[in-house]
Amino acid sequence: MILETRRKFSGAIALSLSTLAALTGLFWLVFILGDVLYQGLSALSLDLVFQDPVPAGVAGGGLRNAFVGQMLITFTATLIGIPVGILGGTFLAEYAHGKMISRIISVLSDIMVSVPSIVIGTFIYAVLVRPAGHFNGWAGAVALAIIMIPVVLRTTENMLLLVPWTLREAAFALGAPYYKVITQVVYRGAATGILTGILLSIARVAGETAPLLFTSFNNSFFSSDMNGPMASLTVSIFQYAMGPYDNWHAQAWAASFLITFFILLLTIAGRLIIKWRYHS
Amino acid sequence: MEVSFVSDTAEFEVRDLDFYYADVQALKHINFTVHRHGVTALIGPSGCGKTTLLRCFNRMHDLYPKNRYAGQILFQGNDILLKETDPIALRSRIGMVFQKPTPFPMTIFENVAYGLKLRGIRQRGELAEKVEQALRHAVLWDEVKDKLGTSAYELSGGQQQRLVIARALAVDPEVLLFDEPTSALDPISTAKIEELVAQMRKEITIIIVTHNMQQAARISDWTGFMMLGELVEFGKTDKIFTSPAEKLTEDYITGRFG
Repeated sequence: MILETRRKFSGAIALSLSTLAALTGLFWLVFILGDVLYQGLSALSLDLVFQDPVPAGVAGGGLRNAFVGQMLITFTATLIGIPVGILGGTFLAEYAHGKMISRIISVLSDIMVSVPSIVIGTFIYAVLVRPAGHFNGWAGAVALAIIMIPVVLRTTENMLLLVPWTLREAAFALGAPYYKVITQVVYRGAATGILTGILLSIARVAGETAPLLFTSFNNSFFSSDMNGPMASLTVSIFQYAMGPYDNWHAQAWAASFLITFFILLLTIAGRLIIKWRYHS
Repeated sequence: MEVSFVSDTAEFEVRDLDFYYADVQALKHINFTVHRHGVTALIGPSGCGKTTLLRCFNRMHDLYPKNRYAGQILFQGNDILLKETDPIALRSRIGMVFQKPTPFPMTIFENVAYGLKLRGIRQRGELAEKVEQALRHAVLWDEVKDKLGTSAYELSGGQQQRLVIARALAVDPEVLLFDEPTSALDPISTAKIEELVAQMRKEITIIIVTHNMQQAARISDWTGFMMLGELVEFGKTDKIFTSPAEKLTEDYITGRFG
């Protein structure tokens, strides 16, 4: 009897402690999201997206330059990062499967995922910004692409490995060469998984600030020239939030809200795709 | 290459075939003849090497490194185990159906059209005609004709297996290899596949690996009994099942082991 009471007691303690821990985490998450939602929504206006910044201290203006810059940088990063990631993942899962080199690259790329993004920023500063002599949008895109590559690569590898070998054998048995087996059969089987990886990797880099500080820097004016310094939402939020003006703070809130919302949408889309693919 | 005399009815002549998975010898000195336009069944206990033997005929073992063949398999007089033989060209003449249905993640139509497209057939009319022909041949047409555009995964297991057979038939193979094609199916689907095999044998040479001795007795003309990597006995099916020459064969088919 005593033993049973003790068990129940320790069970109750474990339950309440873990519930408390979960609630603590959840509280801050809801607090942050709620604050961003409240402050962001109240500062949101069409001007934010369609107006360029006005001189400091003057009312009005927006962050059109940052929205456009963010899109250009992220889009270019996607164009670089996704093909490299997918082809690399294909190499690991198909051509180098079971070989030493495949394991080495997998482990290295897992390490890459957890390298602080500011390290990647400083690295790109050394190889692309210093030689060019000035901050530029290309460098920002390359920095983001480097953050994306390991994510896409590992997702692609894992998704390709999930496709049963019998399916490949069936395609070989019909007389298909290996590249056609991969592109026409295996990719189809893994398509939704790879797409999810791509969406999540875009979500991952869309919120990065540190690698852009060292590379594309910032620009108070509208610019679509990837060769020069370029504004981005995250860096603008950083700058505006630190600034002394109330309307800067408001715009930073609104921009934070939009970028959070965008990443949330991407993440939800990614999750929904997984759910739709693997549960129906 | 040495000149070999092969009788008219021989599709394959297997001569002194050895096969190794890395260092493990899985097939030992296999010798027999597969006759054209007949059904040859390979039976034997699990791990006896019957699937390994089957996968030699379309060089499926080439997909994995360290696998090694020795000896000869003459296919219409030419040794397919030679390095010069292109396995891709070989596989386009010799189809294979696996134990579990292997439909591709595509629509029913695209599945059957896949092999045709590999052979460069692009014209829509020709594709549609050949797909219909193959599906009729595999006795699946009436069940799927209204949903050719839906995913092949929506079909039942038995239908999927017939779809896979249709996919193999679409490219007019000379030989079809079956690796326990009914072991994952219910009795009704099994009966349908067996009927199909009986029909196809008129035009195609069939080699079938089966766990099920009754199935071998029902559908095959020739039977090989294998054990521990060796072909113990090979002969006409009725002879093997009524008066086998080897004691081992008799013990196996009467259910004394295996």
